[in-house]
Parts: sequence; structure tokens; C-alpha cells
Amino acid sequence: MSSREKILSTITANKPALVAAPELVLSVVADRENMVARYVKALEVIAGKAVVVKNLDSAIEDLNATRAAGHYVVNTVSALGPLSDEVTTDTHADTLEPVYKAFLSAEFGVVENGAVWMTESQMQNRLVPFICQHLVICIHATDLVANMHEAYDRISDMEGYGLFLAGPSKTADIEQSLVIGAHGARSLVVYVVEG
Amino acid sequence: MSDVINGKGVLSHADAAEVFISDEPRTDWHDETLWFVRSKRDKASLQVPEWEELRSLASAIKDHSLSNLDNYLKEFEEKATANGIRIHWAADAGEHNQIILDILKKHGFSKMVKSKSMLTEECHLNPFLEKNGIEVVDTDLGERIVQFRQETPSHIVLPAIHLKKQDVSDTFHEHLGTEKGNNDPQYLTEAARGHLREKFISSPLALTGVNFAIAETGGFVVCTNEGNADMGVHAASVHIACMGVEKIIPRAKDLAVFLRLLARSATGQPITTYSSHFHKPRRGQEMHVVIVDNGRSRQLGRADFRNSLKCIRCAACFNTCPVYRRSGGHSYHTAVAGPIGAILNPNLDMKANADLPFASTLCGSCSNVCPVKIDIHEQLWKWRQVLAEEGHVAPSKKVAMKGLAFIFSSPALFRFAGRVGRKMMRAFPGLMNNKKMNPWYKQREMPEAPAQSFRDWFKENKT
Repeated sequence: MSSREKILSTITANKPALVAAPELVLSVVADRENMVARYVKALEVIAGKAVVVKNLDSAIEDLNATRAAGHYVVNTVSALGPLSDEVTTDTHADTLEPVYKAFLSAEFGVVENGAVWMTESQMQNRLVPFICQHLVICIHATDLVANMHEAYDRISDMEGYGLFLAGPSKTADIEQSLVIGAHGARSLVVYVVEG
Repeated sequence: MSDVINGKGVLSHADAAEVFISDEPRTDWHDETLWFVRSKRDKASLQVPEWEELRSLASAIKDHSLSNLDNYLKEFEEKATANGIRIHWAADAGEHNQIILDILKKHGFSKMVKSKSMLTEECHLNPFLEKNGIEVVDTDLGERIVQFRQETPSHIVLPAIHLKKQDVSDTFHEHLGTEKGNNDPQYLTEAARGHLREKFISSPLALTGVNFAIAETGGFVVCTNEGNADMGVHAASVHIACMGVEKIIPRAKDLAVFLRLLARSATGQPITTYSSHFHKPRRGQEMHVVIVDNGRSRQLGRADFRNSLKCIRCAACFNTCPVYRRSGGHSYHTAVAGPIGAILNPNLDMKANADLPFASTLCGSCSNVCPVKIDIHEQLWKWRQVLAEEGHVAPSKKVAMKGLAFIFSSPALFRFAGRVGRKMMRAFPGLMNNKKMNPWYKQREMPEAPAQSFRDWFKENKT
């Protein structure tokens, strides 16, 4: 008997009588007041920074200034200017290692925890949001959900890879001292575009 | 000498704890630091009005999943395979390790990076691969620190919580050439960042654990704060994810419940920095999932203990446990320490881990903080009975328990024993206070012997 059959047959023999799956219903109604302000606060708590803007001018300015300073910038947001077409699904880590700042868009933000949801197609390469030194993300203010239940209801296609990203990379593995920038991005700015 | 037989040739929990607490300031620091993490968990949970409802839902989802585990595993296999993921089944630790070595060998790889996976610790994967000439680099900062020191993680979420920053500084000075005596966590983390970036980029294979595997979609979720799992996986041409059979949940929307509970219970964060959902290998990449039993299907058959398999490895029970906080993770001599480890490990090896269910005051705090409502303290108590029945408890403890049971079952005998005891305490205080003869006296003062028992006092004073 293969291990597969051995494991499955033991589980079949040992599992308890079927218990029904619960309905995912909560008695508490999600708070929908001041979604933008609460998102800004939630991101601040986890060491990220949300900037509420009327348009993407300041993001464009940031991108251009970073490039002008001689840094390698990856841009996957068409509203910010030319896309970094040289970055594809299979671009090697060696090529991406020097990325100083990456500009990406996310599908939506989650008010309860400051996270944004993004999929592979928005990153162009799965490594981009991790390997860059600094990360900038653009979302629309109307694309905010209250909590994780609404988040999963909203996701229509997880693609090959999808990510909830909440703040910059961090660790507290040395004596519980919080250090920002463990392996991934050292900073995260989310532009929340109103209007 | 502890009262419980430990067959592994390592110090029992009680003996190892005695060594741990001999450094009093460090013990106090360990205790207070973990309590601080527990307090952060309280604060985070109180910000969610539906917290208790979420716990009940999480518990019910896991109960349901375990009751249909075989079918969900098959569904996961089918969907994952259709997604282009290769599924492997390992009955035990040895088979798990061999599957990984075979994948490495097939590609001719001699090195790999690995993010946190308590399952691979349980299977002792690193020593096995190293023996076979593979360089394994643990990439979680805490795990890299303990790996340099040739230690094991002492906590499943905070692997290096037993160390102080000067220990880390010394270790990094030796292995990474950092400045001697520079204890700044920022500086030390920066050194590790540079060192590990090079490893991520040059490693052809990355291994990760699995937090949740979704039957309905054939994908899995990996949660980290550092981003080390993703750095390794997206840079590598081969990704292996290892999971215990119990990691299965039915639907993607169930993730909402677990991701709301996991990080809040673990560290008080509202969610981990990265919650990565893997469904397909990236173009040109190979993705494997190794599904491991290693005793879990046996535990599923133990009615009293099966719901230990609901655990989502948040370590809230560690942080709240008065015994864990004051004895340290290494005293548990197993990959998963703490209260949850104490009910999981006797299933893996009853004799070797017979001491662990006794490493508890049965205060029940573990059960109160558990996000999936495992009755941990009740299982600790039930394991003690199983272990006594199976002969894994020292005769001295058995005799003492039987003697006490005999005395307590006879009121006359109990009164007589009380009188003798009080007289003895007054006449020969040295006998009671002798640490060798009375281990209870260690670090405690015996009370003054009262003149009479409560019963005698009550008889005299009742009106």
C-alpha cells in the first residue's frame, strides 16, 4: 500500500462522525464609517504610511525624483508613466536585486488591518514587492473593504499568486525589539486616491 | 531527579527547567517579555467585538475539516494537481525527509533556503540533509540565529526568545563578522539582511511551511512578517511546501476567520505583514507540496486528544503559560514546546515525552487564549492518566499518589494524619525543610504548623 493510501485509509478509519461546516455569519455588523481615515490609522499602526490624495501627482513626482537621483525604479502603474516592461514573470532575482523603489497598484485595501490585496499580474514579477528597498502602492479610496470577510468575498481570481501585504517587512526576533526592513521592503507608502 | 521517566536520554522538563531558572535575571526577563506579548494579544483581541464569535467559528471550521479530512485531502490533491502543483505523501518523518532529498538530488542541487516550518523541525530535516551534503540556510532571522548557534527554536513564533541581544551580537560577530560588542538590534538585523539576500538570490530551491491549505481551490497560504518565505520562493526555480495533514481548510472564505485570529493571537498584530496565497508555480518554476502524516492520523483516532489537531500554531498558549514562561522552550526537548506541545508530543513518542503533560499547573489559561478553542488543560490532565496507565510515570510518584488517595478516602485516617503531620512539623522542622527530603520546599518556605485543624476549630467555634 502506498503512503497515500495508508494515510487516507487511517484517516477514514479514525475520523469522528461528520460535523457540519458552520455558516460564516457574525452578529456584529461591520463598521463602515470613516473608512479612509480608519485605513490611514490602521496602516500607521503597522509602520506603513497612507497618504490621501486627490490625484497621483505626488506619486509621479516621487517616481521621477527617485529616477533622477539615479535609482533603479520599477513601475507597473500606467497612470504614473511608462511601465517597466523589462520586468516579466520570469525575470531573475539577480536583475531585480538592485530595485530601489517599486510602484505597484493593488486591488483593494482592508480597513481592519491596513493590508492591501494584490495579485501576480499587478506585480509583473512575484519578487518585486519583496526585493525592492522601498515600496509604493496606489489604491482608490472607493476600493476599501471593512474586514477580511468582505475581502475574500471581493476576490474573484486569486491567480497563480496573490498577496495580502500589510506594512513594510519587519522582525522582532532580537530581544523583541521591532526592526523595520528585515528582508523585504524597508518602507511602504500607500497612496489612497479620492475622486 | 524528576518524578517522570524520560526515555530519550535528555533532561526531563523539570530537570532542564531547574537549569534554566538558575539564572534568575534572565528567567525574569523571559517571563516578563512573553507576558508582554500575551498582553499585546489581549489588546488586539479586545479591539475586535466579534472576537469570541470568530473563535467559535474557527473551532467549528476545524472540527468540520477534521471530520471530513480524507475527502478534503483528496479534493486538495486533485485541485492542486490541476493547478500544476506536484503532490507527495509522507507517512512519517523519514519519508518526508527522503522526498525532499530526492527532489534536491534530481536537480543536482546542493543547497537550499528554508523559511519557518515547525514540521521540518519535528522531522529533523536539517540534520538529515546536512548529513547528505546539502547546505540548508534557515532564513527567518530568529531561526538563522539559533542555526548559527547549533540550537533549536525555543518558541514556534519567536525562535530566539531565549537569547539576549548580546548573545546575538556574539553569534553574528563569530559568523558574520559584525563589530564585537555592538548589540544594536537594528545593526544586527541589517547584517543578517545583507547576508541572507545573497543566500536568497543564489539558492535554486526554497522550502516553506504551510499555514493553511484550501481544499476548494488547491492552493495554500504562508504567513510571515519578514518576507523571508517569499524572498526565497520567488527567487528559486523549485519551491517545496511541507504541510501536516491537519492544515486543510475547506473554503477560501474560511481564511478570513483564521487570518483575523492568527496574528492577533500570536503577537497582537492585526495581520502578518505578508499572507501569501500560492495556487500555481510561476512560469518555469516547479512547485511541490509534501503532505505529512507522522502520527497525526493516529491522534485523530484518540477521541480525547484529536482536537489538538485544530492548532494553527499561534503560540498564544506558550506566551500565557506560567510554566513555559519560567522554564523556557528548550526544557520541553521537542520541536513544538509549550502547552500545545505537551499534548501533541506524547502522541509522537509516549515514553520520551511522558514528562511534558506534567509541565503544567492545569490553570487553564492556555485554553482561554486558544483561538481555535482547544481544551488544552483538560487534555494535559487526561494525558497524565493515560501515561500512568501505560506505565510511564515513576513508581515513587505512583506510590505517593496511591498513598494520598488512601488517606483522603478515609475521614478518620485523614484526621489522624493531619494530627501527626502538625506534630512532626513542630517537633522536627528540619525534616520538613530539608530540600533533599522535601523537594516542595525548594524555593519555598513551609508555613507555621497550625495548633489545630480547621475541622477542630469549627467544632469549637460554631454557634
